[in-house]
Amino acid sequence: MAQQQSIKSASDAGPLRFWQRMSVQRLAGRLLLHAILILLGITFMVPLLWTLSTSFKHPGQVFTRPIQWIPQTLRWSNYQEVWTILPMPLFIRNTMVISVTALIGTLLSTSLCGYSFARLRWPGREKVFALVIGTMMLPGAVLLVPQFVLFRSLGWIDTFFPLIVPAWLGGGAFYIFLYRQFCSNIPYEMDEAAIMDGAGYFRIFWQIILPLTRPALITIGLFSFLSHYNDFMGPLIYLNSNRNYTLSLGLRMYQGRFGYDWHWVMAASVITVAPVIVIFFLAQEQFIAGVQLTGLAGR
Amino acid sequence: MAAAPVSSTRRRKRFANREAVAGWLFASPWLIGFVAFTMGPMIYSILLLFLKWDLITPPEWGGLANFTRLVGDRRVPIALYNTAYYTFIGVPVQLAVAFLLALALNVQIRGLALYRTIYYLPSITPAVASAVIWLQILHTDYGTLNEFLRNFGIAGPNWLYEPALAKPALIMMSVWGIGPQMIIFLAGLQGVPAVLKEAATIDGAGEWSQFRHITIPIITPIIFFNLVVGIIGSFQVFTAAYIMTGGGPENSTLFYVLYLWRNGFEYFRMGYAALLAWVLFFIISFFTVIQFGLAGRWVYYEALRS
Repeated sequence: MAQQQSIKSASDAGPLRFWQRMSVQRLAGRLLLHAILILLGITFMVPLLWTLSTSFKHPGQVFTRPIQWIPQTLRWSNYQEVWTILPMPLFIRNTMVISVTALIGTLLSTSLCGYSFARLRWPGREKVFALVIGTMMLPGAVLLVPQFVLFRSLGWIDTFFPLIVPAWLGGGAFYIFLYRQFCSNIPYEMDEAAIMDGAGYFRIFWQIILPLTRPALITIGLFSFLSHYNDFMGPLIYLNSNRNYTLSLGLRMYQGRFGYDWHWVMAASVITVAPVIVIFFLAQEQFIAGVQLTGLAGR
Repeated sequence: MAAAPVSSTRRRKRFANREAVAGWLFASPWLIGFVAFTMGPMIYSILLLFLKWDLITPPEWGGLANFTRLVGDRRVPIALYNTAYYTFIGVPVQLAVAFLLALALNVQIRGLALYRTIYYLPSITPAVASAVIWLQILHTDYGTLNEFLRNFGIAGPNWLYEPALAKPALIMMSVWGIGPQMIIFLAGLQGVPAVLKEAATIDGAGEWSQFRHITIPIITPIIFFNLVVGIIGSFQVFTAAYIMTGGGPENSTLFYVLYLWRNGFEYFRMGYAALLAWVLFFIISFFTVIQFGLAGRWVYYEALRS
């Protein structure tokens, strides 16, 4: 009892007493840890910082030695040029059309399925759910060729359909798993009460469950949006004409065509990466929570 | 709500039926998608194994031609070796770095959120963008990495043009994206019950012995998860090699999926590409099954309830 008391009071101590209590050895350890973490952190940030810095450089400044991290003059015109030498607005539009349409489909289909697996009792449910989990282990590369043949026979090559329709039909096993986990934490009394009042399952889903699972929907939405936004192989296989290109394919065009004009390539990279970083900062908590849940999926 | 006892069972049954119908209906998006985009194509690709098809002329029955090609294809062992190298060296390195970072961040450190952000951010960078960025970092003459080495008087090597160095360079790049693994480890470490550690402290266990006998066993499922997912993902490495090296130099970064992709979408050998895909499927399944088989020996499941 006394032991517990002392532990409790120690952790309640204010910042001043905390420092006083800290032994020299411990303090040195902490400082060393911070030093390592900061150094490593700088290393991790270097590629992105270099990208940002180069995107503002004059072509002649890109490879000055030693590296100029902050350019003497900011060349904003890099961005203007990148915007027009290739149809960047079109790439952005295409990417957004695909990512947003797929996002809506993912949210609808994963929540419908997740709700069914979590809260409706039907014969074969456990087996089907095991199948859902099983597909998480299926290497996607295995389906490359036959899916291509399928979409080709549907006449979907060089359209957005191959990149969007799968999202509307299932939308990804992990998302279903995630939604089901979240959904099963809602008390069942709510459904029962609604059934007593004569509500159908769809109304329960739409009016009760969906609003209550907002955090899960946000997390799923984030991951779905980013996976479509970042996708390279899908667009590479299915989109042929430049007018359908996404940012990922467009960025590759900059690199291929202007491989030595790093100021342009990097400005295009910044335009591609910036939205992702902004979204991450807006929804950091949901992101982290979602990634942590991935780990739980393994259990 | 007072129904006669006779009809109540019938009513319940009717409700159960309605619920079952609704259940299947609600799950139908996934079921349709699974049949149309996963199971259907997989079954179809069994047929593809026996076809010669370049997408332009109608498919021809090729018998075992794809299989004999596979046996004689000297690029397949090269691609398998490269992929195994990338996976079995890369994944342990990634996990070790991710784990050490998670350990460092698990000590109630100030600025945790900031550090976490910094280490996580690279992993959400679009694959094409990071490939393009690293192309510059690893550039022999102008690259940031060699520029850094020059400060120490080291003449940096030709990272992406040296057959012996291209794979290590790509592994180094992959370590940049370990954010998710680190977060998962960190969540696992934070889930180690404080009660257990306190009890061990009272019993006189030192920090190392606590780490060895409490922390490690409890997070083995997390290590296992990261390992399985890491290996499955690593076997399918594509974008970095496609953009940065094109499989070179001297096929040293010709990874399996890159070779598969080329057969399918550059050489238009649909049947052969389907066969390569099945080989990959069995290899990945083999390693996944082995890992689950070995899991019993080192993964500690008893402590988990949820």
